[in-house]
Amino acid sequence: MADTIAPTTPSQVVAPTQGDVHTEEMLVNMGPQHPSTHGVLRVVLRTDGEMVLESVPHIGYLHRSAEKIGEHVAPYQYVPYTDRMDYLAGMNNNQAFALAVEKLTGLEVPERAKYIRVMFAELNRIASHLVAVGTYGLDMGAFTPFLYCFREREMLLDLFESACGARLTYSYITIGGVTDDLPDSFVDVCNEFLDYFEPKIDDYNNLLSYNHIFVRRTGNVGVISAEDAIRFGLTGPVLRGSGVKFDLRKAKPYENYDRFEFDVPVGEPGGQGDIPRGVVVGDCWSRYYVRVKEMEESVKIIRQCLRDLPEADPKEGICHKKSKTVKLPDDEVYLEIENPRGQLGFYIKGDGSAIPARVKARGPSFCNLCVLEFAGRNCLLADIPAIIGSMDVVMGEVDR
Amino acid sequence: MSWIENRFEEGLMMTSLDWALNWARSSSVWPMTFGIACCAIEMMAVGASRFDIDRFGAGAFRATPRQSDLMIVAGTVTYKMASRLKRLYNQMPDPKYVMAMGACTIGGGPYFKHGYHVVKGVDLIVPVDIYIPGCPPRPEALLEGLMRLQDKIRHESRAIDRVAQDNQARLARV
Amino acid sequence: MQSFEEICQVLKTEFGEAIEDTVTEGCRPYAVVSVGRWGDVAKFLRNDPRMRFDLLRCISAIDLLEDDKLACVYELGALSAISATADMSLERELAVRVITDRTDPHIASVAHLWAAADWHEREAFDMMGIVFDGHPNLERILCPEDWVGYPLRKDYKFPLEYHGIPATTEHELTSPKH
Repeated sequence: MADTIAPTTPSQVVAPTQGDVHTEEMLVNMGPQHPSTHGVLRVVLRTDGEMVLESVPHIGYLHRSAEKIGEHVAPYQYVPYTDRMDYLAGMNNNQAFALAVEKLTGLEVPERAKYIRVMFAELNRIASHLVAVGTYGLDMGAFTPFLYCFREREMLLDLFESACGARLTYSYITIGGVTDDLPDSFVDVCNEFLDYFEPKIDDYNNLLSYNHIFVRRTGNVGVISAEDAIRFGLTGPVLRGSGVKFDLRKAKPYENYDRFEFDVPVGEPGGQGDIPRGVVVGDCWSRYYVRVKEMEESVKIIRQCLRDLPEADPKEGICHKKSKTVKLPDDEVYLEIENPRGQLGFYIKGDGSAIPARVKARGPSFCNLCVLEFAGRNCLLADIPAIIGSMDVVMGEVDR
Repeated sequence: MSWIENRFEEGLMMTSLDWALNWARSSSVWPMTFGIACCAIEMMAVGASRFDIDRFGAGAFRATPRQSDLMIVAGTVTYKMASRLKRLYNQMPDPKYVMAMGACTIGGGPYFKHGYHVVKGVDLIVPVDIYIPGCPPRPEALLEGLMRLQDKIRHESRAIDRVAQDNQARLARV
Repeated sequence: MQSFEEICQVLKTEFGEAIEDTVTEGCRPYAVVSVGRWGDVAKFLRNDPRMRFDLLRCISAIDLLEDDKLACVYELGALSAISATADMSLERELAVRVITDRTDPHIASVAHLWAAADWHEREAFDMMGIVFDGHPNLERILCPEDWVGYPLRKDYKFPLEYHGIPATTEHELTSPKH
């Protein structure tokens, strides 16, 4: 019977046979409701037994018309929508949009606000990577790291809450500065948190990163070479996991990143230093480990921010006075910053009025996800969650 | 509950049995792992240690609709998602409950006006039992919603399948 | 490090009339390339050793309703040589605008030059209705396949319902404000 079923499309290759055992191809639909697709991603897998021959991502299940809305509201009203694009890194998204509008209109940001922005961007980077690390453990069958990561993340969210009152969608960084000054005890509480948090990274490493099962499931899986990573326009930890040391905070410093000392971690081959054997550059483990390392670097940056934080200038305040009445010139701007997931770009075109003519967001997850078709080929079915998880996509940003 | 449903006439009182069954049901509301957008992150936070939804017996997030009692619609529902959401709802066994978590699922939220691809409220697709406002709602709000759902379950009677009748009536309206 | 003017000079000597305009005032300079020659220009930008733009960062489709045109803005970048130890930087950046007709928009696809262009072009097709000639799989990417219209065009009519799900409230129907 099996022999009479023809392949559904001419492009399908003939299923490979092992000895005398004849195998058949099957289309498996993964998602949009699937625990390990991190949202509403749908992947159609063409499988042969446990082998995945082809995986085609389908997106758009969370397409929320954010770019159309951008053409109808003033920039400061649009800031809350940027929160909801990459909802794990609201601060970074606010920052990207605010920077783009500031570049377009020439608004100056007070010095203290710049430091606060960098600090919150880095705190949010830690919070975002904590979710990435925790849920990646979940995907790989380790529940405990998730609980630990969320415990620390709750402390971070308390910090955000003390500054702006929101846990997830902050709109704290706004056009021309930040909405409010820091609460009185913030510097002490933040320092306390950093002292508490830094040793915890070792815990995650011992629990998850060097866990033998975890390494075997993610090492040498979904390998993307540096050339391919650049060809597909990958950015962020996905690019750096492939060994390309490219970080916009270093390559094209925005805000005042040029004043801080930090390293850019990249994927390294296994067997050296603390990298376990079985890991190659560009695999899922490298991408995961870059995130862990980036948390350490972010801690460094935040410490320097707290140390150098200037006093508020009473004349300047904490936000530009014209923040809500700014008019956009008949001009266009494209600005990218380093989001926890990669380079988040905003293209804004003004037409002389207060409302932009076009707002386009280049979501890093959108660009990173397009490599799935390439990386998720000729691998085992169980590798697919590993590959998707190591991309750390946020569907709100993919679909916008 | 199918062994007992619709076996008795409507006037029959079964208070003690009802109480016992409802106590059991309300203490083990198993939600489906179904996060759509931002609210899903708060839903995950509720599942983690600080808020710990397990205290209410609702911590067993099921990966399949066929094992779950509760669908927490956590995030914006779009037109492309609508048919999938309805199918997931239909795959859940009765008695089933739906929680609309967040402004988007209640009525489109911030995407109400120019959101050409956003469903203006999940109750246009599936019947909703509990609405939790917020954008996104705090974990405490989700826990409050869960407690209200438990209240609702406690006041149901198993003598007749009220839930199914209710749902059919509401689906017919939709 | 090559400046925008130097890059444009090379392009002008190479392609002449095909470089229709270079806009230098404003916050970000860009070159306007004629839609007929864009395929060749893109190949040159990607492969010529003087250009070697290996990074396609973004494609933004824009609607120029008052000129009755559509356009695509390509953001290109060239990385310094790959090395595992040194921080890499963006050596050159270039923004290119390709303007096309509004009624029958066609632009040559660059998906064979930059793999990243694949999804960006599909998105531009989905949102603006620009057809990219030579694209391997030009389908709607965000909206469902049976979606009517191109949502990001300025004259887009919002749907009133989709598969029986009402899209507007009664209040909006009586006072439409889209």
